[in-house]
Amino acid sequence: MKDFPEDSVGLVTPQSIHFDQPLTLASGRVISQYELVIETYGELNSDASNAILICHALSGHHHAAGFHEGDRKPGWWDSAIGPGKAIDTRRFFVVSLNNLGGCHGSSGPNSVNPETGEPYGPDFPIVTVADWVKSQARLADHLGIQQWAAVVGGSLGGMQALQWSIDFPDRLRHCVIIAAAPKLSTQNIAFNEVARQAITKDPQFHDGRYYANDVVPKTGLMLARMVGHITYLSEDGMREKFGRELRSGKLSFDFNPQFEIETYLQYQGERFSTAFDANTYLLMTKALDYFDPAADYDNNLATALRDVQCEYFVASFTTDWRFSPERSREIVDALIEAGKKVTYTEIQAAHGHDAFLIPIPRYMEVFGAYMNRIANSLENNHAR
Amino acid sequence: MRADLEIIRDWIRPGARVIDLGCGEGELLEYLVKEKQVQGYGIEINPDNITACIEKGVNVIEKDIDEGLCGIRNNSFDTVVMSHALQTMHRPDQIVEEMLRIGKECIVTFPNFAHWRARFYLAFRGRMPVSKFLSYTWYNTPNIHFFTFKDFEELCVERNIYIVDRTVVDNEHKHRWWIRLWPNMLGEIAIYRITR
Repeated sequence: MKDFPEDSVGLVTPQSIHFDQPLTLASGRVISQYELVIETYGELNSDASNAILICHALSGHHHAAGFHEGDRKPGWWDSAIGPGKAIDTRRFFVVSLNNLGGCHGSSGPNSVNPETGEPYGPDFPIVTVADWVKSQARLADHLGIQQWAAVVGGSLGGMQALQWSIDFPDRLRHCVIIAAAPKLSTQNIAFNEVARQAITKDPQFHDGRYYANDVVPKTGLMLARMVGHITYLSEDGMREKFGRELRSGKLSFDFNPQFEIETYLQYQGERFSTAFDANTYLLMTKALDYFDPAADYDNNLATALRDVQCEYFVASFTTDWRFSPERSREIVDALIEAGKKVTYTEIQAAHGHDAFLIPIPRYMEVFGAYMNRIANSLENNHAR
Repeated sequence: MRADLEIIRDWIRPGARVIDLGCGEGELLEYLVKEKQVQGYGIEINPDNITACIEKGVNVIEKDIDEGLCGIRNNSFDTVVMSHALQTMHRPDQIVEEMLRIGKECIVTFPNFAHWRARFYLAFRGRMPVSKFLSYTWYNTPNIHFFTFKDFEELCVERNIYIVDRTVVDNEHKHRWWIRLWPNMLGEIAIYRITR
């Protein structure tokens, strides 16, 4: 048995929860039954008031913290979740799930459709952020959590947190939105379309029924990830990390990858293409494109936020150009206009959009201070 | 609480919508929210102050006020407060305009450069005054615009800004009867309530 770092939640085991109450989606389609895979860290207190929901981003999943048996690398947000970390598992009960449509165990394109006995593939319905939130509310019911202490997410995860506060105003006390946006920009959608085209034009895609042919559209998924990855980094961050370094030290006058950045992107793309499902990638990018909670309120975000009850913590990163600080400020301005409680911080960071996953000291300080205040007020209520 | 904040807080009515530009550690807002049930927001740029506000539970927005307040709608606040920060702004006149745009009423406090001690310092030592409230040297001071009560009031006249109230105090923010005799010479800190 290996020793885990002291501030790690240690060995974790996912669990799968079956839901057999049909879920009607925004598209009008219905999923008759589905599985959600989750992980939990920490202990739920007696009145179930210390629960935190973690919403994942585009390529995320339920494994946010700790280690799976035999793994060397911890979950994707281990830097923020654990004993003594920003989301302190000694004080909070943390729930992290793989969203509907995902490819890490929750029902999605690569899971078997119980009605046909075949993988859903392209027949899996398009899910929206609001659909996810609805399914997460059912998960909360299942876990006996009437009200989350906080719903927390970065990027697409932050969008889910924002949607939660609008759709279930009395079911969360705090909403933590990191490196997100109130809707995608035209440029964001354009990048997503390049990613989708790369996947669907891959000869191995087979209209999304590649499982039957026992192949995956590897090249397409790899290209999609490469273009995505460029948008996650800042220009300065990229230059600092890779510069114009050549692998062999000199130009080779052929088309093989020579610059470090080429090798890095290919490696990232390659790794992703074997670990992620192409149909899920298509779904996730659509969920991003469709997200626009103000659309139902005359395109006025402040109106959409009129009935929210929770307090907000919004954070952005200076070099993030995928969801820039201006986009977070749109959320903040709307919250101020609606007269809601909000704290906003803009973190100096060179890492671009990826910064939300990196334990930058200032980021962890303010995030930790906010979470600490939530925990303090919980414990004060209990002491009373 | 800093004495000028004590004066300011009495000028704010219960339940008001308040924004404090350069709110520091958020002590004024914390008091106003607790005791006067205001809906309060603070704007701050100093990291330690922001953290202190988060710990207190004060709504704090990280923002450089010099970049303007666009994003905040016209007349969305009852009271806009700026205490001891106007002299640090690149364009104090534009900030005052912004404050009057987003709020119905503004409260501004700033140090008086025409205070007798400052005058003497410059007149006899021939150097830029250094005092308790202007405790920096010329090259590292955040106070980049020095102005006097008279200067500020002239700006108000030029821009059709109405002065509702003015209180002039010494550097301990105490009222002294003699300050009223010659405020621009004897007062160190002014607290103005302005509107349009």
